[in-house]
Amino acid sequence: MAKSNKPVVWGLFAAGGTVAAFITPALVVLALLAATGQIPPLLSYDRLHAFAAHWTGKAVLFGIVFLSLWHAAHRLRVTLHDFGARCDTAIAVAVYLLATAGSIACIVILFRI
Amino acid sequence: MAEQVTTRRPYVREVPKTHWFLRQPRYLRYMAREVTCVFIGAYAVFMLVAIARLAEGREAYDEFLRELASPAGIAFQLVILVFALYHTISWFNVTPKAMPVQLGESFVPGWIIVAAHYAGWIAVSIIILALAGAF
Amino acid sequence: MSERVVELEVLRYNPETDEAPHFQRYSVPCREEWVVLDALNHVKEALDPTLSYRWSCHMAVCGSCGMMINGEPKLACKSFLRDYRGVIRVEPLAHFPIERDLVTVIDDFVAKLARVKPYLIPKEVKPLEAGEYRQTPAELQRYKQFTLCINCMLCYAACPEYGLIPKFIGPAAISLAHRYNQDSRDGGRGERQEEIASAEGVWECSFTGACSEVCPEHVDPAAALQQVKIKSTIDWYLEHTMPWLNK
Repeated sequence: MAKSNKPVVWGLFAAGGTVAAFITPALVVLALLAATGQIPPLLSYDRLHAFAAHWTGKAVLFGIVFLSLWHAAHRLRVTLHDFGARCDTAIAVAVYLLATAGSIACIVILFRI
Repeated sequence: MAEQVTTRRPYVREVPKTHWFLRQPRYLRYMAREVTCVFIGAYAVFMLVAIARLAEGREAYDEFLRELASPAGIAFQLVILVFALYHTISWFNVTPKAMPVQLGESFVPGWIIVAAHYAGWIAVSIIILALAGAF
Repeated sequence: MSERVVELEVLRYNPETDEAPHFQRYSVPCREEWVVLDALNHVKEALDPTLSYRWSCHMAVCGSCGMMINGEPKLACKSFLRDYRGVIRVEPLAHFPIERDLVTVIDDFVAKLARVKPYLIPKEVKPLEAGEYRQTPAELQRYKQFTLCINCMLCYAACPEYGLIPKFIGPAAISLAHRYNQDSRDGGRGERQEEIASAEGVWECSFTGACSEVCPEHVDPAAALQQVKIKSTIDWYLEHTMPWLNK
């Protein structure tokens, strides 16, 4: 019985889940503050642009987006199977391709800043 | 030698593959937890859009902020918040199982590990909000 | 001692005469302190001797009497009638083929137990004269919880992934492998990983957690499986980035 290669995606799923658990709620609160008129200073164009222009800002933003995408991708693959889908290989290819596309898009966009 | 005739005829009960989780509350809670991934993924896409608008320039980003403030924009954030919180809670609650901490002959009680995660979460959230200038 | 009449709705199946299982109702005069197993024994002794089911110790240590009671995997000897109201539905353990009445075909589980090599494979083989393999209390605690498994298979009945994917090795077998992997006297982890780290092994687990909720001995197989996942992930990266470390 060959050992599976699932550890790769599972590791990303676990890391992404941990990051999302700790960080996402606070990010949503920031967005809600911005949406209701009390824009946090960091979310103003000048400050956020300066943050994303620096390599640490790029790293932070990429890290959050990348890990969240791969967490969602792997869990979605398992969940679709739980909902009755049986074409696991096709679904796996689809979700991981989407996560890859999102990751690449993130890098491309970040380097435009 | 007489032939062996078996009277065995095991009966296999099929599991309904699309609605097995409706059979027990614990399965429903599990699916609710799993489904949070859709919203975490959606928020990653939202962040991608935000960064893209940031890259396009001041007007594009300000337009993005205006869309964020629309009723649909606020509703989106609220829905994400509910599922993100459920993800956080369900994630923290199971961490003692995945990472038991043995000290000598006994284990650190699970509730301490869970409480440490919640404490860390509050600390991280405060730091993020403070760094963003929210207060 | 007070009595009550309990209505049991039992799933019957006779492979020689039945096309499919069907329910049969029994009105059983019971004592208040009885468990479901006592009620079944009364049915067999006084009402219907054709009812077939497994049981042995009647004290939750042998693991024989696992069945679905009101849709929940339970040991019949640990299901107290006082906890139930109305008709009690008794069915054979879920996710296993029915042999006859409440008796299931457990060959799949037994085969999986054997596959994980649930025995000590010593790190260093010592001759008898060299004495015992010594172990501190702390080393014992590392795996003791996972030794409590009585092979009752309630976790397999509860696990939705086993129900959907019969080739999944399953909670009890993987927890048992983990028990030996965690044993300081053991050196067989590499061999067990060939089975456990496969696609049919721990990677079919989606951490539903139902297994640990129904385990009558508090083995917590869900915990064992998550720990195996983490160790297997670390293994994978070590094997693929530093293959010279191979044991």
